[in-house]
Amino acid sequence: MKILVGIKRVVDFNVRVRVKPDGSGVDLDGAKMSINPFDEIALEEALRLREAGKATEVIVVSIGTTACQQQLRTGLAMGADRAIQVDTEEKLQPLAAARTFLALVEKEQPGLVILGKQAIDDDNSQTGQMLAALWDRPQATFASEVVVDDQVARVTREVDAGLETIEIDLPAVITSDLRLNEPRFVKLPDIMKAKRKPLEVIPLTDLAIANDNKLTIDHYAPPATREKGIMVDSAEALVAELKNRGLL
Amino acid sequence: MSNILIIAEHNGSELSNSTAKCVSCAIETGGSVHILVLAADATVIAEQAAALNGVDEVISINHPNYSHALAATLAPEIAAIGADYSHVYGPSSTYGRDLMPRVAALLGVNQVADIMAVKGPRSFQRPVYAGNAIIDVSVAEENTVVATIRLASWAAVSGGNNATVSSRETSAEMPTHSRFIGLKTEGGDLPDLQSAKRVISGGRGLGSEENFKIIYTLASKLGAGVGASRAAVDAGYVPNDMQVGQTGKIISPDLYMAFGISGAIQHITGIKDAGTIVAINKDAEAPIFEVADIGLVGDLFSVIPEIEAAL
Repeated sequence: MKILVGIKRVVDFNVRVRVKPDGSGVDLDGAKMSINPFDEIALEEALRLREAGKATEVIVVSIGTTACQQQLRTGLAMGADRAIQVDTEEKLQPLAAARTFLALVEKEQPGLVILGKQAIDDDNSQTGQMLAALWDRPQATFASEVVVDDQVARVTREVDAGLETIEIDLPAVITSDLRLNEPRFVKLPDIMKAKRKPLEVIPLTDLAIANDNKLTIDHYAPPATREKGIMVDSAEALVAELKNRGLL
Repeated sequence: MSNILIIAEHNGSELSNSTAKCVSCAIETGGSVHILVLAADATVIAEQAAALNGVDEVISINHPNYSHALAATLAPEIAAIGADYSHVYGPSSTYGRDLMPRVAALLGVNQVADIMAVKGPRSFQRPVYAGNAIIDVSVAEENTVVATIRLASWAAVSGGNNATVSSRETSAEMPTHSRFIGLKTEGGDLPDLQSAKRVISGGRGLGSEENFKIIYTLASKLGAGVGASRAAVDAGYVPNDMQVGQTGKIISPDLYMAFGISGAIQHITGIKDAGTIVAINKDAEAPIFEVADIGLVGDLFSVIPEIEAAL
């Protein structure tokens, strides 16, 4: 069984993102870029499934410019067998990203597609669910545990009410939550080895996907800030203040 | 004029408060407001939906396969019914975030995630980059608006209405490739974190699972829900579903009290819509004090008994 893993190049989660004064976007000049953290977890899970003998090949896929080859190389260094860069200058919205993955799914015929539950840049949390819908296959989103057994996966999902377990027939789409695993660190010899692993570049235009029905995004603003608060010097003063404000 | 379909969230017997919040957003959007209830037995839930002020009609469909909310099972029916509407709204809970993108894809559109404000019938504001930026998003006239509603941004509408309820049969084909196995809930008798008016949270400063008990005790005295920082969850003091923050629950209680929580950005993301934030920390430099409305520098283990004595 092949596993397809999507990895998105995003601003590193440690970077404090600021909106540009003209509202045209966020200022990412010179910012450190990384694999979306949830996607790194998705890749780790795929690698573990391969190491447990449940999968034979792990393919990492990224959609974007040549710059995202950097993240694909990191994925290969973590242990993926090969990489595909779908080359485009455009930042695809979730529906077009899902259609792109579907085109690759039809080509590669994977038993599982594992994606991060959301990207930390646009926070959409849509691509995995959309791929499952277009593919007409099961989805197990926000996964914190994955057990694959032959043609079935048993997935524990982090839902508001607690932990939900579902069973899905393969092929299927799984999206990873934070606690699914802790991704491995890349070692230097693996980085050297990754340079020799295959990385295929497919122009987005070759996949002939429809890229319509886009949302229009036309202004970025900084979030509202809270007013400066007060300090109290004792528990009694705190309780008095809360009673005063009608909160207790 | 818009006609808006809201997908009800429920636990099989009771309508979730999140649906009443979606109604608020639908009223702000403007147009007729319908609620769709899909359940094994939708009767009581549909009545609760019909009681929400601002709702014009409730559509209910019973089917044994709807006894658990599996997106793959629900989405085809919602897409079939939703095709006749200009807007299809669901809550931005794990239920809605799982389901609505699947519905959107079946309708061939992108979804608007986490609406925090309505700027026009097809134009909205939503957060990106963990709330560090707010963007304006609009949907083309020819596309259905499929969206999730950011629960912390909207108040629930009140009850007292008596909208028409109509029952229907399922029309779309249901897949059999996804099956519910079980749900494990934790937390016990305390109020639900997402709907509680007061929430008491503990962080790494608690030091152990055993010590966390004083948070539960204070919470039960105040009738409050209990939350935790990611640090406290990772340290194993409390279960996952109590985590408040960007990667946990985003909440907006009237009163939020943080004990021994330093205030990492990812935690602040989850609480910045709270009415009043109170921070108690022994480190006067802790970043939580930058967002707190009321701060107290002190050792939580002595402050909590003093608070209880002063109540």
